[in-house]
Amino acid sequence: MNSIILLAGTRLLVALLLVFSVFMLLRGHNTPGGGFIGGLIGATGFVVYAIACGTEQARQALRVPPENVAMVGLGIGLFAGVMAAFFGDAFFVGQWLFIGATETEKGLPLSSVLVFDIGVYLVVLGSILTLTFALEEGAD
Amino acid sequence: MSWILGLPIIIPFFTAVIAFLTKERPSGAWWSVLGSLLTLIAAAALMVVVLQEGVVAAQMGDWPAPFGITLVADLLSAVMVVITGITGLAVAVYALADIDEAKERLGYHALFQVLIAGVCGAFLTGDLFNLYVWFEVMLISSFGLLVLGGSRAQIDGGIKYVALNLVSTIIFLTGVGLLYGVTGTLNMADLALAVDQSDQKGLLTVIAVMFMFAFGVKAALFPLFFWLPAAYHTPAFSVSAVFAGLLTKVGVYALIRMFTLVFDHDIGFTHTILLWVACFTMVVGVLGAAAQQDFRKILSFHIVSQIGYMILGLALYTPLAIVGAVFYLVHHIVVKANLFLVAGVAQRLCGDTDLRKIGGLYKSAPLLAVLFLIPAFSLAGFPPLSGFWAKYILVKASLDIDAWFIAFIALAVGLLTIYSMTKIWGEAFWKPHPEGVEPELRAIPRAALIAYLVPIAGLATLTIIIGFFPEPFVQFAERAAAQLLDPSDYIAAVLGGGT
Repeated sequence: MNSIILLAGTRLLVALLLVFSVFMLLRGHNTPGGGFIGGLIGATGFVVYAIACGTEQARQALRVPPENVAMVGLGIGLFAGVMAAFFGDAFFVGQWLFIGATETEKGLPLSSVLVFDIGVYLVVLGSILTLTFALEEGAD
Repeated sequence: MSWILGLPIIIPFFTAVIAFLTKERPSGAWWSVLGSLLTLIAAAALMVVVLQEGVVAAQMGDWPAPFGITLVADLLSAVMVVITGITGLAVAVYALADIDEAKERLGYHALFQVLIAGVCGAFLTGDLFNLYVWFEVMLISSFGLLVLGGSRAQIDGGIKYVALNLVSTIIFLTGVGLLYGVTGTLNMADLALAVDQSDQKGLLTVIAVMFMFAFGVKAALFPLFFWLPAAYHTPAFSVSAVFAGLLTKVGVYALIRMFTLVFDHDIGFTHTILLWVACFTMVVGVLGAAAQQDFRKILSFHIVSQIGYMILGLALYTPLAIVGAVFYLVHHIVVKANLFLVAGVAQRLCGDTDLRKIGGLYKSAPLLAVLFLIPAFSLAGFPPLSGFWAKYILVKASLDIDAWFIAFIALAVGLLTIYSMTKIWGEAFWKPHPEGVEPELRAIPRAALIAYLVPIAGLATLTIIIGFFPEPFVQFAERAAAQLLDPSDYIAAVLGGGT
C-alpha cells in the first residue's frame, strides 16, 4: 500500500508497539499483561509494518521465518516446565531466583514462570505472523 | 517418579520442535525416529513402574488433586502408551521412505510428533478438561497431517473430518460444563466418588449420554462414523496408518475409562445403548467394507467394524468382556496400522490402491504377500494369530451370559471380515495385473525398501508373538480389567497425594 500517512505513522507505531509488547510481557506476572497479550501486541507491530511496506520487508525485519519463532517459543515453554527437574520438583513447578536478596529486601525475582511466558510470547508472535503473512501473500 | 508419567508427553513435543527446525535438512526425519525411540523407551519404563507399583499418579506443578492437573497411569493407560510408542516408532521409520521432501518441508515430522504427544497425553491424563485439551491437540495436528499436500480429495476428507469432530467437541465441552455444575469437580477419580454420592442420577445419565456421543464420534461408532471412511483413504500412507492405529482408539479408551470409572451408576441404561451401538457398528462397518473397491477404503470400514468389538466388550460389562476389550484394543492397533503400511507398499509397487487397477503382487512380490497375510488373517480372527484370541474372549464372554444373538453377530462379522480380506487378496495379490505390469520389490531403492519392510515385519512379528504366546498378554489384560472394574486403587493413587 503506498500511503505516505501510513508510512510515516508506521515508523512511529512499529517501534512503539514492539517496545510496548516487551513491557507488557515483563509486567504480566503480577499485573494485567503477560506472554499472550505481549505476543499479540508484538505481532500487531509486524502486521502494521507488513501492511505499509509489504510482507517481503516484514519478513526481512523479522529475520527468521515466523513458523520457526513459534516452534522455538514452544521449545522455550517446554524447557521452562522441565527446569523443575534440575531442582527435584514435579513437572512445571515454578522455580524462583532472587537476585541480590538480603534479610530485609526481596531482591529481583526471576522465575521459570517468566521463561514460560517468554515461550508463550514467541508462540503467539510466530503463529499470528505465520497466518497474516500467508493471508497477505495469498491476496497478492 | 512424577517424571516417568510426563516423559511420554514431553519427549514428542521436544522432538517436534527439533524436527520442525531441521525440516529443510535430511536429518529432520531421523530426529523424528530418534524421538519416537526415546518415547518408546520412556513408555516401557512407565510400564515397568506400573507393573511393579500398581497405579501411579503425578500432580503437575505440585497442585494437589482434585484442583491441579493429574497425570495417572494404570495398566490400561500404560499399555496404551507403550503401544503408541511402538506404532509411533514403526510409522516414523516407515515415513523415511514414504514421505517426500515437499511434505517434510511443510513440517510433516513436527505434526506427527505433536500428534503422538496428544495421544499419549489423552491416555495419561486424569482430568476431564485436560482430556479435552489433548483431544484438541490431536485434532489440530491430525487436520494438518490430513491435508498436507493439499490434493482435492484430501481437503474434502479433511473438511468432513474437522466439521464432525467440532460437533463432537462442542457436545464434549457442554457435557464437561454440565458435569462440573452437578458435581463440582473434573478430576476423574474425584468424579467417580462425586457421581456415586450425587442424588441427581437422572441428570447424570443424560450427561453420560452426551459423553457417549462425543467419544462416539471420536471412536467412529454407528451412526457417527461416516467421517472416517471419507477421510482415511486420502493422506499419505504413514499418516493413515497412524490415524487408523491410534486416533479412533483414543475415543475407545475415553469411553472405556469414563464408562467404567465415572458413569457406572446406571449400567442397565447406558451400557444397553452401548451394546446396540456396538452390534450396529460391527455389522454396518463390515457391510460397508464389502461394498468398497479401494484397498484403503476397505481397511477404513474395517476400522469401524472392529471398533464395534471393543465397545461390545465394554457394553457386556462382565470381567471377561472387559478383558476382551483391552486385548482387542492392543491387538487391533498393531494389526490395523500394519495393514495400512502394507497398502502403502502395494501402492508404491502398482501405482494405485483401486483394487480393479492393481494385481499380480503374489507373483512379483511374494514377501509382501506373506507380510499382508499375517495382519489380514489376524484381523479376521484366524487361529493362532492375535485376532483369534481377541475374538475368542469376546465371544466366550457373550456366551457366558447367554447372549447368543450377540455371539452370533460377532462370529458372522468375523466371517464377513474374511470375505473382505480375501477380496483384497484375490484382487491385489492373486489376479494378474490388468496392464501386465509385474512390479518387483527390487524396483524400490534399497534404503527405502528397508524403511518400508522393517516396520511391517516388526509389527507382524508382534502379531505372531501375541498369537502364539497369548497367556502373558491375557493375564495382563485380566489385571488391567480388574483395575478398571474396581477403581479403588486408581482413586487412592490420585487423591491419596500420590507423588
